[in-house]
Amino acid sequence: MTDKSLTIGSTVALPKPELDLLMADLRKNGFQTVGPHLQDESIVYTKIDGLKDLPRGILSEQNPASYRMIQTGKDRYFDFIPGGQSWKQFLFPPRHTLFTAVKDGKWLLKENDEPTPRYALIGVRACELAAIHIQDRVFLREDFSDPIYRLRREGLFILAVNCLDPDATCFCVSMGTGPRLAAGFDLCVTELDEVFLVEVGSELGRSLLADRTYDLPSAFVQNTANQALERAAESMVRTMDTSDLPGLLTGQLEAERWTEVGKRCLSCANCTLVCPTCFCWDATDQVDILGKSTRRERVWDSCFNPHYSYVVGGNTRPNIRSRYRQWLTHKLGAWKGQFDVLGCVGCGRCITWCPAGIDLTEEVAAIRAEVKA
Amino acid sequence: MTTTLINTSAHSAGYTDKLLLPHWAEIVKIIPEIEGVTTFQLKFTDPEVENRYRFEPGQFNMLYVPGYGEAAISMSSDLETANGLLVHTIRHIGNVTRGTSRLKVGDVVGIRGPFGTSWPLDAIEGLDVVIACGGIGLPPLRGAIYRIIRNRDKYGKVTLLYGARTPKDLIYPTEYETWQKAGIDMQVTVDRGDETWTGRVGVVPMWFYHFRVDPHKTAVLTCGPEIMMRFVIYEALARRIPSDHIYISLERNMKCGQGACGHCQQGPYFICKDGPVFPFSALENIFNVEEY
Repeated sequence: MTDKSLTIGSTVALPKPELDLLMADLRKNGFQTVGPHLQDESIVYTKIDGLKDLPRGILSEQNPASYRMIQTGKDRYFDFIPGGQSWKQFLFPPRHTLFTAVKDGKWLLKENDEPTPRYALIGVRACELAAIHIQDRVFLREDFSDPIYRLRREGLFILAVNCLDPDATCFCVSMGTGPRLAAGFDLCVTELDEVFLVEVGSELGRSLLADRTYDLPSAFVQNTANQALERAAESMVRTMDTSDLPGLLTGQLEAERWTEVGKRCLSCANCTLVCPTCFCWDATDQVDILGKSTRRERVWDSCFNPHYSYVVGGNTRPNIRSRYRQWLTHKLGAWKGQFDVLGCVGCGRCITWCPAGIDLTEEVAAIRAEVKA
Repeated sequence: MTTTLINTSAHSAGYTDKLLLPHWAEIVKIIPEIEGVTTFQLKFTDPEVENRYRFEPGQFNMLYVPGYGEAAISMSSDLETANGLLVHTIRHIGNVTRGTSRLKVGDVVGIRGPFGTSWPLDAIEGLDVVIACGGIGLPPLRGAIYRIIRNRDKYGKVTLLYGARTPKDLIYPTEYETWQKAGIDMQVTVDRGDETWTGRVGVVPMWFYHFRVDPHKTAVLTCGPEIMMRFVIYEALARRIPSDHIYISLERNMKCGQGACGHCQQGPYFICKDGPVFPFSALENIFNVEEY
C-alpha cells in the first residue's frame, strides 16, 4: 500500500507490533510518550517506552468506592478503563514553579525557563478527550489564556482509543461524550484481538502512520469493530438524566439533599483531584530558610479544602454541605454559563474514588425527585 | 431576567502574560492610619509600567510580598489625587497583610493588576448618591469620593454614611471636613462612643430610618462587612430604590484576579472578574443563600 492512499479520515489495519515503532518515531520527533501503565495495582498515566509498558490483558472492576484489577490473560493492551489519574496532570501540572524571587540587595525575579515538554498521549478515551476539550475552554479563553496550559496543549499529540468495555461507574453515553471518538485526535485506535484498526485524524498522524506497514481493513474486521462499539454503548448501565441541567441544581440551593449528602461527604477532595475537568489552583511561596529566596508555585487546589474559601473573619463555606453543593452546582450548573458546556464528561472517576461511595448521578436523581415531590 | 454587569474598560498595564508574574513597586511612603491599618504609597520601579498603568476606583491589585504570597487589595485613592502613586490602605489581619506590616520605605512589593469591575461613576451621573461603608470598607470607596468631588456638579445630593466600631477606628478622619466642604453630606456613626464622641451612635443602615431618599433618583454604593451591606441593601430596597441602582463590592478568597484559579466563585460569577462591584440586581438570587 502506498503512502498516497492515506488521508485524514482513512482507517487502516495495523499489526500490533507496528504501534511500538510508531511510538519510537514519536520519541524521535521530540515527544515524550506517556500512557497507561500498571503500577501499585492501579492504572497510572506515566512515561512509557512502548507496548511492553502498556497494561496487557488487564481489566478493572470499578464500583462506588471500589477499584480492582482483573487479569484476563488476553493479548490486548487497551482493555483497561482509566484509573484515578487523568491526562490533566500533563497539561495542567499538579505542581509548577512560576518564578523564583531572589533577594540580592533588592528582590529580583527569575522566571521558570524550563523547556515545555512535548507529550504524546497514548490511549485517550472519548470521555477523556471531551475533558481536554472542556479544559481548553477553561484555560484558553478570549480574556485569559493560561501560558502553562497553552504551550503544552499546542505541542500535544493524541493517540485516542475507542472504549469497548465500559465499567460500572461509566456514564459517558448520558453526557454525550462517548464511548466512540468522533474527532480531535491525531490517530484513533480500535483494538481487536489480532490487530489495531487505526483512523487518521491529523496530518501529523497521517505522516507517522504512512511510515508503518499496514493493510486495508477487511469488511469483517470493520464489522467486528463496529459491533463492539455498539455493544459498548448499549452495555453502559449507569445513566444521568441531564434534562433541565443546569437549572435543576442552581434552582435547588436549599434542597434537603445537600444536608443529607453533606453528612456522608468527608470533604477529602478526592473527587476534584481525579476529575479530568476540575481546574482550581492555589499559588504558594516556598521560602528558603534564610528568607533570601522564595519559589512561587502553582498547585492544584480543591473547593473541598477548608482554606479554599478563607476570607478574613472566617470561611465562606465552613460546612461540608455547602462545599459539596458548590462542587456539584458548579460542575453541573454554573459551569455551563461560564464555559458554555457542562463540567462533567461521565468518566465516573469521582464515583470510584470517593471513599464514601458518593455517586453524583444518584445525587442529581435525588434532587430531581425532591423537585417533583 | 438578565442583568447587565458593569462593563469596565480594561486598563491592564500591570498585567503580564506570564502567570502570576508581578511588577515591582517601591514603597514611597507609609502612613499609619489606625491600630492595625496602614496606608502604603507605591511607585512602580519600571517607568514604562508606571506610564501605562491606569485604573478605575473600585478595582483592585494583587499585592505580592515575597515569601508570604499575594492578597487582593482595593485601590484606596485615584491616580490624580495621589500624583500618579498607587495607594493601598491595608488592614494587617491575614498572612500576607501581616507581612506588609513589616515593610519599610524603600522596600518593594509585587503588583499585578488592575483587576475587576469599578464603581459605576458614569452610569450614576445625575442621581443622588448614598455611599454606605463600614470599617475597612471606606478605602475602596475613597477613589470614587475623590472622583465625585472633582465632578461634583454631575451628581445630585451626595451622602457618605461611614461607620466604625469606635471613634478610634475611623479611617481618614482628617479628610472628612474637606469632603464636607466639597459638598458631601458626611454622616459618621460609631457602634460605641467614648468620652469625646459627640456624633451619631449606631450602625450604618440605621441612617435610612431618619432620612428620606427619592427612590427614583438615588444610587447606593456600599462596601463593608457583608452583614452591614446586607442591611443597607434591605433598607434601600424597602425604600424602593431599584436593585440595579444598588452597587455592592464583594470580598472572596482570590489567587489570580483573572477568573482562572476558581477560588472567588459565587454562583455563576468569578468575583474577581465579574465583580468585585456588582449591581445588586445581578446577585438577587444568590446573595442571601447561606454559605454559597
